[in-house]
Amino acid sequence: MSFSVKKDKSGVVIVGVDGQLIVGNRQELKQKVLDALDGGGRKFVVDFAKTGYIDSSGLGVLVSLSKKIREQGGELRLAGLNEDLQTLFELTKLDTLFAITKTAEEALAAF
Amino acid sequence: MSLRLHVTALEMRLDVPSDLGVVGDAVELVASRLPAGTLSPRRLNFNFRTALAEALGNAIRYGTGEDPARVVRVRVELGQDAVRIHVTDDGRGFDHAHPPDPTRPENLEREDGRGLFVIRHLVDDVAFNAKGNGICLTLRAG
Repeated sequence: MSFSVKKDKSGVVIVGVDGQLIVGNRQELKQKVLDALDGGGRKFVVDFAKTGYIDSSGLGVLVSLSKKIREQGGELRLAGLNEDLQTLFELTKLDTLFAITKTAEEALAAF
Repeated sequence: MSLRLHVTALEMRLDVPSDLGVVGDAVELVASRLPAGTLSPRRLNFNFRTALAEALGNAIRYGTGEDPARVVRVRVELGQDAVRIHVTDDGRGFDHAHPPDPTRPENLEREDGRGLFVIRHLVDDVAFNAKGNGICLTLRAG
Protein backbone atom coordinates (compact mmCIF):
# COMPACT_ATOMS: atom_id res chain seq x y z
CA MET A 1 0.00 0.00 0.00
CA SER A 2 1.26 3.44 -0.80
CA PHE A 3 0.31 6.96 -1.67
CA SER A 4 1.40 8.97 -4.67
CA VAL A 5 1.23 12.76 -4.76
CA LYS A 6 1.50 14.84 -7.91
CA LYS A 7 0.41 18.26 -9.08
CA ASP A 8 -1.23 18.88 -12.44
CA LYS A 9 -0.37 21.91 -14.55
CA SER A 10 -3.11 24.03 -12.95
CA GLY A 11 -1.83 23.26 -9.47
CA VAL A 12 -4.39 20.67 -8.40
CA VAL A 13 -2.85 18.14 -6.03
CA ILE A 14 -3.77 14.56 -6.97
CA VAL A 15 -3.26 11.90 -4.33
CA GLY A 16 -3.45 8.27 -5.40
CA VAL A 17 -4.26 5.56 -2.84
CA ASP A 18 -2.84 2.20 -3.83
CA GLY A 19 -4.24 -0.70 -1.77
CA GLN A 20 -6.15 0.44 1.27
CA LEU A 21 -6.75 3.47 3.44
CA ILE A 22 -7.04 2.21 7.00
CA VAL A 23 -6.11 2.89 10.59
CA GLY A 24 -2.51 1.84 9.96
CA ASN A 25 -1.68 4.25 7.15
CA ARG A 26 -4.13 7.13 7.50
CA GLN A 27 -1.56 9.34 9.26
CA GLU A 28 0.78 8.99 6.31
CA LEU A 29 -1.93 10.20 3.95
CA LYS A 30 -2.86 13.01 6.33
CA GLN A 31 0.73 14.23 6.52
CA LYS A 32 1.20 14.16 2.76
CA VAL A 33 -1.93 16.22 2.19
CA LEU A 34 -1.13 18.66 5.01
CA ASP A 35 2.37 19.13 3.59
CA ALA A 36 0.85 19.98 0.21
CA LEU A 37 -1.60 22.34 1.92
CA ASP A 38 1.29 24.05 3.71
CA GLY A 39 3.02 24.26 0.35
CA GLY A 40 0.17 26.33 -1.05
CA GLY A 41 -2.04 23.65 -2.58
CA ARG A 42 -5.74 24.42 -2.25
CA LYS A 43 -7.42 22.08 -4.72
CA PHE A 44 -7.10 18.38 -3.97
CA VAL A 45 -8.31 15.18 -5.59
CA VAL A 46 -7.94 11.85 -3.82
CA ASP A 47 -8.05 9.13 -6.46
CA PHE A 48 -9.29 5.73 -5.24
CA ALA A 49 -9.12 3.97 -8.61
CA LYS A 50 -6.54 1.54 -7.20
CA THR A 51 -8.05 1.25 -3.72
CA GLY A 52 -9.54 -2.00 -2.44
CA TYR A 53 -11.00 -0.92 0.87
CA ILE A 54 -11.29 1.94 3.36
CA ASP A 55 -12.10 1.54 7.05
CA SER A 56 -13.81 4.06 9.31
CA SER A 57 -10.47 5.60 10.30
CA GLY A 58 -9.76 6.20 6.62
CA LEU A 59 -13.17 7.83 6.23
CA GLY A 60 -12.46 9.93 9.31
CA VAL A 61 -9.17 11.23 8.01
CA LEU A 62 -10.84 12.31 4.77
CA VAL A 63 -13.46 14.22 6.79
CA SER A 64 -10.75 15.86 8.86
CA LEU A 65 -8.65 16.82 5.84
CA SER A 66 -11.65 18.18 3.99
CA LYS A 67 -12.40 20.47 6.94
CA LYS A 68 -8.83 21.73 7.15
CA ILE A 69 -8.68 22.37 3.41
CA ARG A 70 -12.01 24.22 3.45
CA GLU A 71 -10.77 26.38 6.33
CA GLN A 72 -7.91 27.43 4.03
CA GLY A 73 -10.34 28.27 1.23
CA GLY A 74 -9.73 25.07 -0.72
CA GLU A 75 -11.59 21.91 -1.63
CA LEU A 76 -11.00 18.17 -1.45
CA ARG A 77 -12.70 16.02 -4.07
CA LEU A 78 -12.88 12.24 -4.31
CA ALA A 79 -12.70 10.10 -7.43
CA GLY A 80 -12.53 6.52 -8.65
CA LEU A 81 -14.53 4.81 -5.90
CA ASN A 82 -15.49 1.24 -6.72
CA GLU A 83 -19.10 0.18 -6.26
CA ASP A 84 -18.59 -1.08 -2.69
CA LEU A 85 -16.76 2.08 -1.63
CA GLN A 86 -19.43 4.25 -3.23
CA THR A 87 -22.04 2.36 -1.19
CA LEU A 88 -19.96 2.90 1.96
CA PHE A 89 -19.93 6.65 1.37
CA GLU A 90 -23.67 6.62 0.77
CA LEU A 91 -24.44 4.58 3.90
CA THR A 92 -22.37 6.90 6.05
CA LYS A 93 -23.86 9.92 4.24
CA LEU A 94 -20.35 11.14 3.55
CA ASP A 95 -21.37 11.39 -0.09
CA THR A 96 -23.13 14.57 1.04
CA LEU A 97 -19.87 16.07 2.34
CA PHE A 98 -17.70 15.43 -0.71
CA ALA A 99 -17.88 16.07 -4.42
CA ILE A 100 -17.38 12.58 -5.85
CA THR A 101 -16.65 11.82 -9.49
CA LYS A 102 -16.09 8.58 -11.37
CA THR A 103 -12.58 9.52 -12.47
CA ALA A 104 -9.83 11.87 -11.37
CA GLU A 105 -10.01 13.51 -14.79
CA GLU A 106 -13.66 14.43 -14.17
CA ALA A 107 -12.75 15.88 -10.78
CA LEU A 108 -9.98 17.96 -12.34
CA ALA A 109 -12.27 19.21 -15.08
CA ALA A 110 -14.88 20.27 -12.52
CA PHE A 111 -12.49 22.56 -10.59
CA MET B 1 7.13 -9.29 16.38
CA SER B 2 6.31 -11.22 13.24
CA LEU B 3 2.85 -12.47 12.40
CA ARG B 4 2.37 -16.22 12.57
CA LEU B 5 -0.91 -17.59 11.31
CA HIS B 6 -1.99 -20.99 12.59
CA VAL B 7 -4.27 -22.78 10.16
CA THR B 8 -6.35 -25.93 10.51
CA ALA B 9 -9.25 -27.21 8.44
CA LEU B 10 -11.69 -25.62 10.87
CA GLU B 11 -10.10 -22.35 11.88
CA MET B 12 -7.26 -19.86 11.63
CA ARG B 13 -5.64 -18.17 14.62
CA LEU B 14 -3.43 -15.12 14.70
CA ASP B 15 -2.01 -13.06 17.56
CA VAL B 16 -1.58 -9.47 16.44
CA PRO B 17 0.69 -7.10 18.35
CA SER B 18 -1.02 -3.96 19.55
CA ASP B 19 0.42 -1.83 16.78
CA LEU B 20 -1.81 -0.08 14.27
CA GLY B 21 0.96 -0.35 11.70
CA VAL B 22 0.50 -4.11 11.40
CA VAL B 23 -3.26 -4.09 10.82
CA GLY B 24 -2.93 -4.06 7.03
CA ASP B 25 -0.45 -6.95 7.00
CA ALA B 26 -2.55 -8.96 9.44
CA VAL B 27 -5.66 -8.50 7.31
CA GLU B 28 -3.84 -9.54 4.15
CA LEU B 29 -2.32 -12.57 5.84
CA VAL B 30 -5.67 -13.88 7.06
CA ALA B 31 -7.60 -12.98 3.89
CA SER B 32 -4.99 -14.59 1.64
CA ARG B 33 -5.32 -17.91 3.46
CA LEU B 34 -9.11 -18.01 3.57
CA PRO B 35 -10.21 -21.07 1.57
CA ALA B 36 -11.91 -20.21 -1.69
CA GLY B 37 -15.58 -20.90 -2.05
CA THR B 38 -17.34 -19.83 1.12
CA LEU B 39 -17.25 -16.12 0.39
CA SER B 40 -17.46 -14.65 -3.09
CA PRO B 41 -14.27 -12.92 -4.24
CA ARG B 42 -16.02 -9.57 -3.95
CA ARG B 43 -17.14 -10.15 -0.35
CA LEU B 44 -13.72 -11.48 0.55
CA ASN B 45 -11.98 -8.50 -1.00
CA PHE B 46 -14.21 -5.87 0.50
CA ASN B 47 -16.50 -7.01 3.32
CA PHE B 48 -14.13 -9.47 4.99
CA ARG B 49 -11.03 -7.29 4.73
CA THR B 50 -12.75 -4.07 5.82
CA ALA B 51 -14.57 -5.74 8.72
CA LEU B 52 -11.39 -7.39 10.01
CA ALA B 53 -9.40 -4.16 9.68
CA GLU B 54 -12.14 -2.32 11.52
CA ALA B 55 -12.35 -4.82 14.38
CA LEU B 56 -8.57 -5.03 14.73
CA GLY B 57 -8.17 -1.26 14.66
CA ASN B 58 -10.81 -0.82 17.35
CA ALA B 59 -9.28 -3.51 19.56
CA ILE B 60 -5.79 -2.03 19.26
CA ARG B 61 -6.84 1.59 19.77
CA TYR B 62 -9.43 1.18 22.49
CA GLY B 63 -8.83 -2.29 23.93
CA THR B 64 -5.08 -2.54 24.29
CA GLY B 65 -4.27 1.15 24.03
CA GLU B 66 -1.57 0.60 21.38
CA ASP B 67 0.62 -0.98 24.03
CA PRO B 68 3.18 -3.02 22.03
CA ALA B 69 3.55 -5.51 24.86
CA ARG B 70 -0.08 -6.62 24.46
CA VAL B 71 -1.72 -8.62 21.71
CA VAL B 72 -5.12 -8.86 20.07
CA ARG B 73 -6.29 -12.36 19.28
CA VAL B 74 -7.96 -13.20 15.98
CA ARG B 75 -9.74 -16.49 15.36
CA VAL B 76 -11.56 -17.18 12.13
CA GLU B 77 -14.00 -20.10 12.11
CA LEU B 78 -14.21 -21.70 8.70
CA GLY B 79 -17.72 -23.13 8.29
CA GLN B 80 -19.52 -24.41 5.22
CA ASP B 81 -22.32 -21.93 5.73
CA ALA B 82 -20.39 -18.97 7.13
CA VAL B 83 -17.09 -17.46 8.14
CA ARG B 84 -16.96 -16.12 11.69
CA ILE B 85 -14.28 -13.62 12.71
CA HIS B 86 -13.58 -13.42 16.45
CA VAL B 87 -11.41 -10.51 17.61
CA THR B 88 -10.64 -10.34 21.32
CA ASP B 89 -8.47 -7.99 23.34
CA ASP B 90 -7.55 -7.96 27.02
CA GLY B 91 -9.07 -4.57 27.69
CA ARG B 92 -12.00 -3.57 29.85
CA GLY B 93 -14.51 -3.71 27.03
CA PHE B 94 -16.77 -0.92 25.85
CA ASP B 95 -20.45 -0.06 25.81
CA HIS B 96 -21.58 -1.11 22.36
CA ALA B 97 -25.29 -0.85 23.09
CA HIS B 98 -25.88 2.79 22.25
CA PRO B 99 -23.27 4.16 19.88
CA PRO B 100 -24.06 7.60 18.48
CA ASP B 101 -25.49 7.61 14.96
CA PRO B 102 -22.65 8.90 12.75
CA THR B 103 -25.08 9.86 10.00
CA ARG B 104 -26.85 12.49 12.08
CA PRO B 105 -26.04 16.00 10.84
CA GLU B 106 -24.26 16.95 14.08
CA ASN B 107 -21.96 13.90 13.80
CA LEU B 108 -21.26 13.96 10.08
CA GLU B 109 -18.05 15.97 10.34
CA ARG B 110 -16.66 14.02 13.29
CA GLU B 111 -13.46 12.14 12.54
CA ASP B 112 -14.32 9.15 14.73
CA GLY B 113 -17.43 7.20 15.65
CA ARG B 114 -18.22 5.27 12.47
CA GLY B 115 -16.54 1.94 13.26
CA LEU B 116 -19.45 -0.10 14.57
CA PHE B 117 -21.83 1.48 12.09
CA VAL B 118 -19.57 0.44 9.22
CA ILE B 119 -19.10 -3.09 10.61
CA ARG B 120 -22.84 -3.62 10.91
CA HIS B 121 -23.26 -2.89 7.22
CA LEU B 122 -20.42 -5.15 6.14
CA VAL B 123 -21.35 -8.39 7.88
CA ASP B 124 -24.49 -10.45 8.43
CA ASP B 125 -24.29 -10.58 12.21
CA VAL B 126 -22.38 -8.83 14.99
CA ALA B 127 -22.15 -10.22 18.53
CA PHE B 128 -20.15 -9.21 21.60
CA ASN B 129 -19.04 -11.20 24.59
CA ALA B 130 -20.40 -10.26 28.00
CA LYS B 131 -17.39 -8.12 28.94
CA GLY B 132 -17.47 -6.20 25.67
CA ASN B 133 -13.85 -6.90 24.77
CA GLY B 134 -14.60 -9.56 22.18
CA ILE B 135 -16.53 -9.24 18.94
CA CYS B 136 -17.76 -11.95 16.59
CA LEU B 137 -18.51 -11.00 13.00
CA THR B 138 -20.43 -13.47 10.87
CA LEU B 139 -20.30 -13.43 7.09
CA ARG B 140 -22.66 -16.00 5.63
CA ALA B 141 -21.63 -17.95 2.55
CA GLY B 142 -22.14 -16.20 -0.73
